[in-house]
Amino acid sequence: MDNTRDTGSCCKPDSKADTDQFIQMIGLDKNSPAPVIRETTSTLTFNDRFDHFLARWGVKRSGHKVKPGIYKLGTPNTDSPVFVSANYTLSFDALRSSLKNIDCYILVIDTKGINVWCAAGKGTFGTDEIVYRIRWSGLDKIVNHRNLILPQLGAPGVSAHEVKRRSGFKVEYGPVRAEDLPEYLRNYTATHDMRKIRFTFRDRLVLTPIEFIHVIKPTFIAAIILYLLSGPFAAILAIVTAFAGTVLFPVLLPYLPAHDLSIKGIVLGWLIALPFGIFHAANTNMPLWKEILVLMAMFLIVPAVTGYLALNFTGCTTYTSRTGVKKEIFRYVPYMALKAGIGMLCLIILGIIHLMEMI
Amino acid sequence: MLNSYIENTLQFYQEKCINCLICTQVCPHGVFTEGKEHVELTKPSACMECGACAVNCPVEAIDVQSGVGCAWAMIGAALKGKDMDSDACCCGEDGCC
Repeated sequence: MDNTRDTGSCCKPDSKADTDQFIQMIGLDKNSPAPVIRETTSTLTFNDRFDHFLARWGVKRSGHKVKPGIYKLGTPNTDSPVFVSANYTLSFDALRSSLKNIDCYILVIDTKGINVWCAAGKGTFGTDEIVYRIRWSGLDKIVNHRNLILPQLGAPGVSAHEVKRRSGFKVEYGPVRAEDLPEYLRNYTATHDMRKIRFTFRDRLVLTPIEFIHVIKPTFIAAIILYLLSGPFAAILAIVTAFAGTVLFPVLLPYLPAHDLSIKGIVLGWLIALPFGIFHAANTNMPLWKEILVLMAMFLIVPAVTGYLALNFTGCTTYTSRTGVKKEIFRYVPYMALKAGIGMLCLIILGIIHLMEMI
Repeated sequence: MLNSYIENTLQFYQEKCINCLICTQVCPHGVFTEGKEHVELTKPSACMECGACAVNCPVEAIDVQSGVGCAWAMIGAALKGKDMDSDACCCGEDGCC
């Protein structure tokens, strides 16, 4: 009924390289024998938790992988449910740790070590991969029924009716969060609340280490340069600015004014620059023109940096649309660049004067 | 003003809808709700263009230009001289999310 739609391209125009890689991967794997059923538990060990911690801090970013294949949890039989998960440790562990005392199978598909939602957006948690893994694992011989339970957030990459047509397996979308699975399993229905994505304080907080780590190198370079040119005050401000843009911003996200993330970030920048500005104005005996240049640099550069970092957080939120983000980029990036440019000019003037005074 | 997210590319052709409700199940933002003859597009501006509803709709009653709303990936693509819309996601080896 729906043969016109090509599942590979319906969600995202995958780059050709990606597609080739995918075909190649299938080609290689097709020669390998049917996989063994591995065993897993619903208990997270200290090592698991330590691995989660490392993943959150960006240590071995692409090394948190689970082997694709069929896993059994407890003592499943041919009527036990089958869950589908990504081969990212955090995804797989969230699923299995939510399935305490539930005998089932977990079909881990190859998403290149990427979580369910991001992989679905990319198409790797997708129809092709699921259909392929069903055949590869011989799932139809392991269970009698023809039902798969997928995480709801896998839906952007998967076409349920296509999977059914191509594999015979019916896709049911479970709740957004694995922790709701025990309740979902009672009558195989998810409440409205279970279907809604949130972005809680904790959700935002766990993202902050990796955000900060992403900017740590340029921050320290800027801090060292500023320290040499102007002293510890400017160096501290550089570090505080980076910290504000990557850690305070996600934490304070819902409390900052306006809807656009860039505006929220710029406002946060003003709030950060304000106490530094007051402190500087109160503790200096610079000539007035120099004082103004310092304050201008501060109030132009800090909000531009936090605004830009805030804009870059859009991909980590759970609600920004591509259309909206694009609009934000065209609306605010030129303004931020202008602010940063004028601010840098002030800094350069100050730096030159400073160097001339030293000579 | 100060809200770039009011408009998006989501289109719903209600005359095609067969009321199977799959879109109400896959949408993480409750954009569609159950209706009598067909589902109702209740909160169009809450759509984040993930595309889940469109790919899962068996009768193509929903159309959306799906993509990941990630400035990092889009700016990165623009700086490399690529099309902003072509780069699928930021979540690669050095991704952001």
